[in-house]
Amino acid sequence: MSHPLLRNTSSSYGWISIAFHWLMALAVFGLFGLGLYMVELTYYDAWYRGSLDLHKSAGVILACAWLLRLLWKLTNPRPQALGNHRWEHNVAHLAHALLYLLMLALFVTGYLISTADGRAIEVFGLFELPATLTLANQEDIAGVIHWALAWTLMAIVALHALAAIKHHWLDRDKTLIRMIKPGA
Amino acid sequence: MKKLMLAAGLSAALLMPSLSQAATYQIDTQGAHAFVQFKIQHLGYSWLLGRFNTFDGQFEYDAKAPEKSSIEVTIETASLDSNHAERDKHLKGSDFLDVSKFPQSTFKSTGFKSTGAGEGILSGDFTLRGVTKAISFPVKMIGEGKDPWGGYRAGFEGKTTLKLSDYGIDYNLGPASTTVEIGLFIEGIRQ
Repeated sequence: MSHPLLRNTSSSYGWISIAFHWLMALAVFGLFGLGLYMVELTYYDAWYRGSLDLHKSAGVILACAWLLRLLWKLTNPRPQALGNHRWEHNVAHLAHALLYLLMLALFVTGYLISTADGRAIEVFGLFELPATLTLANQEDIAGVIHWALAWTLMAIVALHALAAIKHHWLDRDKTLIRMIKPGA
Repeated sequence: MKKLMLAAGLSAALLMPSLSQAATYQIDTQGAHAFVQFKIQHLGYSWLLGRFNTFDGQFEYDAKAPEKSSIEVTIETASLDSNHAERDKHLKGSDFLDVSKFPQSTFKSTGFKSTGAGEGILSGDFTLRGVTKAISFPVKMIGEGKDPWGGYRAGFEGKTTLKLSDYGIDYNLGPASTTVEIGLFIEGIRQ
């Protein structure tokens, strides 16, 4: 390949994958915190409306990034898992798949809350994401699921982070380092 | 279905009460000729309107003996609709109606005082969010008579203002929005 530092190889991640990983991690943490915070705001807080607008807009952008990342992942080599335990690899792959699926389910349920009355989602005032499904009590049902999914995602994220720390300090392999620097 | 309707028609004809008795009317929610609406100030600058889409009830009424009138209405609180999903979700949540804990709101009349032809003060027990309070408010008949499809109908309207904090709702919506006006617009089909 002409850009070995951009694309993945069979042993390392390229800059694109690394950027997707950390920027999306930042967005996921941000959206989780913002979500917990905004529902506690009261009517007379200055950010009562702005916080929700930001959460929806950032969520849609993250969903776009999710799709691009998946396409990038599928068209790039997958760096080989490190470590000698097969069960560890299986659990890691399952966790990765869950992270993707939970994010997707969060996008869908979040979208269903805000569009339950047929209103579109305005994304940073740039474009609108139109409503599709508008079922009875859709906002309530989607809301409960969205909340549960968010906490489940954070639990898997915590497991994922603990595993990275374990690889770095206990196994002393390059699992964490290669997600920071290409060709490591 | 046809058989069922025929049977219902027959039994209604057989059981037809004599004219001097108060008649029972089923509120026409089937044909949606009845509305439970609410109206609350927004910031003190305008009105926010909404309604409950699902409710049920019946009333007794006889123009010759209005004091015998009574009514019972049950409202499904989760059917709240203010034409904005995010707001509806908030209003149905624990900050406001807490509909998963308190799925129904009811009104059961305890008395009616006639104040003129087709007018009166209705008293009763109103339950909202698990709190029951005795309230009374004026009601007015809009009209009654035969409908074009072989039935007999009567319609009323009434409205009352509730203090949100009386029913455990203390979320700060601003000083202009501590009370909500509930409007009942009903048409009943005589049974």
